[in-house]
Amino acid sequence: MSDSPPVLDITSLTVAYENEDVWQTAVRDLDLRIEAGQTYGLVGESGSGKTTVALAVMRYLGSSGRIVSGSILFNGLDMVALKEEELRGVWGKEIALVPQNPQSALNPSMRVGEQIAEILRRHAGLDRREAMARAEELLCMVRVPDPQRVLHSYTHQISGGMQQRVLIAMALSTEPALLILDEPTTGLDVTTQAAILDLFREITAERQTAVLYVTHNLGVVSALCDRVAVLYAGELVEDARVGELFHFPYHPYTEGLLDSIPQIGQKKTEAILHAIPGQIPPLGERLEVCVFAPRCALAIEECSTQRPDLETAASDHQVRCYRWREISRGEITTHQSAPDLIPVQSPGDGETVLLTEDLKVYYGLRRSLTEMLRRQPGRVVKAVDGVDLTLGKARTLGIVGESGSGKTTLARAVVGLAEKTDGEIQLLDMQLPAGLSSRTLDTLRHVQYVFQNPDDALNPHMTIGQTLQRPFISLLGMSSKEAAGQVSEMLRIVRLPKSYADRYPNQLSGGEKQRVAIARAFATSPDLLIADEPVSALDVSVQASILNLLNDLQNETRNSLILISHDLAVVGYLADQVAVMYLGQIMEISDAARIFEAPMHPYTEALLAAIPTIDPDSAVSHQEPLQGDVPSQIDPPSGCPFHPRCPRDLGDICRTEEPVWQENEFGDRIYCHIPLGELQSVQQMLKEA
Amino acid sequence: MTVTQSSSPANSGVAPGRGRRLLSSFRVLFDRPVTAFGTSIFLLFLFLAVAGPWLAPYGSNEQIYSDARQPPSLAHWFGTDQLGRDVFSRILYGSREVLFEAGLGTLMALFLGMTLGLIAGYRRGWIDELLMRFFDSLLALPALLLALLLLGTIGRSRYSVLIVIVIVYTPIIARVARSVVLSVREKAFVEAAQIQGESSLHIMFREILPSVMPALTVEGALRFSYAIFLVASLGFLGVGVQPPSPNWGLLVSEARPHAAQLPWSLFFPAAAIALVVIGVNLMADGIKRILMGER
Repeated sequence: MSDSPPVLDITSLTVAYENEDVWQTAVRDLDLRIEAGQTYGLVGESGSGKTTVALAVMRYLGSSGRIVSGSILFNGLDMVALKEEELRGVWGKEIALVPQNPQSALNPSMRVGEQIAEILRRHAGLDRREAMARAEELLCMVRVPDPQRVLHSYTHQISGGMQQRVLIAMALSTEPALLILDEPTTGLDVTTQAAILDLFREITAERQTAVLYVTHNLGVVSALCDRVAVLYAGELVEDARVGELFHFPYHPYTEGLLDSIPQIGQKKTEAILHAIPGQIPPLGERLEVCVFAPRCALAIEECSTQRPDLETAASDHQVRCYRWREISRGEITTHQSAPDLIPVQSPGDGETVLLTEDLKVYYGLRRSLTEMLRRQPGRVVKAVDGVDLTLGKARTLGIVGESGSGKTTLARAVVGLAEKTDGEIQLLDMQLPAGLSSRTLDTLRHVQYVFQNPDDALNPHMTIGQTLQRPFISLLGMSSKEAAGQVSEMLRIVRLPKSYADRYPNQLSGGEKQRVAIARAFATSPDLLIADEPVSALDVSVQASILNLLNDLQNETRNSLILISHDLAVVGYLADQVAVMYLGQIMEISDAARIFEAPMHPYTEALLAAIPTIDPDSAVSHQEPLQGDVPSQIDPPSGCPFHPRCPRDLGDICRTEEPVWQENEFGDRIYCHIPLGELQSVQQMLKEA
Repeated sequence: MTVTQSSSPANSGVAPGRGRRLLSSFRVLFDRPVTAFGTSIFLLFLFLAVAGPWLAPYGSNEQIYSDARQPPSLAHWFGTDQLGRDVFSRILYGSREVLFEAGLGTLMALFLGMTLGLIAGYRRGWIDELLMRFFDSLLALPALLLALLLLGTIGRSRYSVLIVIVIVYTPIIARVARSVVLSVREKAFVEAAQIQGESSLHIMFREILPSVMPALTVEGALRFSYAIFLVASLGFLGVGVQPPSPNWGLLVSEARPHAAQLPWSLFFPAAAIALVVIGVNLMADGIKRILMGER
């Protein structure tokens, strides 16, 4: 670390928001110093104030937010004192921001090239032609494959990953001294995320840019950052170098966060996840005490009477906790003393719950006028294109894949929300017809669904009790009086208090809403539950409790579970079997333990390599991230659909011939031309290396 | 595969439960001065409409020959008309007529529009196409012209005016309802109801309708103010309710030939129309601000 003055120097920053004429503190006494070439992670759940810090540094707070006290020095410049017109000289030129949602940050009515050129003309004084030439260079630098085409495209014509690259190019165009990244990869696929993280690493190292990286994803922090500050309820609770923080967390909250995310390869049969109970206190309910105390397993009396100071625990390691000394000596820990082992499930008696055969879901696009005149057939989107699956009783099947892989459509076809075009779906001994309207109540009862976004899944105008009664009335034919009697039992099994029956969804937190949604799905004791990204909309500390709940319920009711997630660690934790989908087809379907040990299909291998792990010492993936985007489902590549992006492409055979299924001795199957033995020996070599 | 970080617990749009709370108490309509003003006007006229017959010093068609053509005085607050009828009393009786017709017509249009909008928006397909194209063709004609055409065919009476209001406003209300239904039906809670085998009727009226109600309430309040104006306009044109009804529009049109000599008999009914339309409009605007969360 150098002795040169920091690029960004924040001292006791306090920010408040106005809410109905009351100013409520959102960030409190924050100190942060970022040096040139340093990437600083700012981690926290929603409501922790991490984005507020980023906005305060930019002075973007808007009329309802105010910097109450503290100073923000940027290269010696007092950001708090700057006037609006002076700020304009700093914005974009010396401090650049890459926001979370690229779609809303780009102007939809301007071509990409013009948007980049605009900045260069304003800040670098280039003329039109020079600016366009420079814009093209910048796009090359952020590894946009076809810069000329992108320059002349509108935002909607390029993919989300490409949009994010364009924003990064814009942010870098003026060679800013400080780059603020606010969850820049949160909406992207893991493969795209990996490529973008690589890009950040390379560019910031080269230019010695100071980076403030705001995120909730600890994996990303460990892959990218040098230092990390953990924010909770507006307070800095711990601040350390990445390696130190991940290995020796001193604050119970940090410890809890690290424990609550499943690691790749961690299995439900080994240990339950450690959820942090409770939720972040809302603005205005943060007192002069330790803000984390109500959720802390180690809280002592002092914690709820007095606010702890930020203490320096070791050189470069600060923590705000009364008990950090005991924690650092290993005397106390938030790890639950005896990890409750989950009873290992008997593998089931082999009874098949779900069977699909050559399942296809095609969506017809409307024919255009020229197509009609030329009498061409309409184009179809092949969302699911020939899927064979078998799922046994009480087993869990994880489905993973990038967006556009068809995993959600597959699940919706099984439950009946999407109509299958062809193929068979067999549930227990019933053949399921295509749409919901043609299914009988008796079949509906056996398969239920948990949706991704709990905010959307509950009717905002019904109380929780009313919502939970409905399945009993509609599917089990109970009277409303009988159904009302079931509500408290349903709340009990998802560990919510009875009193919640009278609440409306907006009075519940995201995790609680998801519990209600799960309770509703379990009302009819379904044989098959489909959970579509059940935790991706939830905060990290809450995710673990939902995953534990799904697992517990499965142990009790012995339902089969299909778990869809983009998060391979989540899938790996719960699933017995994992199916990897790409462009509507299954590429590999293998035992969950083996697939993480030794992925066979090149696509599985690439997906796994793309995930940032929270172990900062683990070797940075030995593999180049996948290039390019998922091709269009309207016109998928010939032969093997994965061949254009495949790092192990064999040449002509992959391009022209569809692969055949290969099966190993354990029953794991892959859809690839490369002989199984060859793929396995490659993995063997990699492991030894 | 989108990863949504739920950023704040308060979602955009109408907070549920809140709408219920808000409407259950009439008091919120008095929080904002402008809304309070509009609501007061509406309540005043509502009171007059109900209590009119008891408050009115004279009958609606009572002619006092001795007092004909009198300017406003203590005996006749708003003066008398050319036939010696008390203008104040006639306005009181008229408010009952106007508010009742506009109100009932709007309610019927709301009910019909809501049902058709729900069906069109939820069912989609040919029934949606059919209804919407039919409504488009009705909406292509200006409201007053359509009203004149209809009255020409079905005859002039109190009931025809009611039918006209329903036919003129149902398409507009149905469109509003349908547009909300289209966005709500995509929500996961509707799909959850479908998976649970709920009937279409249940899904439309129990799951979706509550989310449509705020928009319908606002639209209904607005339509009500236009309906008052329509009832008065038809009366004025002489195609709606026939004399000797005390319909305000009719009062204005009867007073028009004598405007120079008996200006009060023209001014007061016209002012009553303007006042009640402004009042209801302001109230509707206030309801919209409350329900749609604009402040």
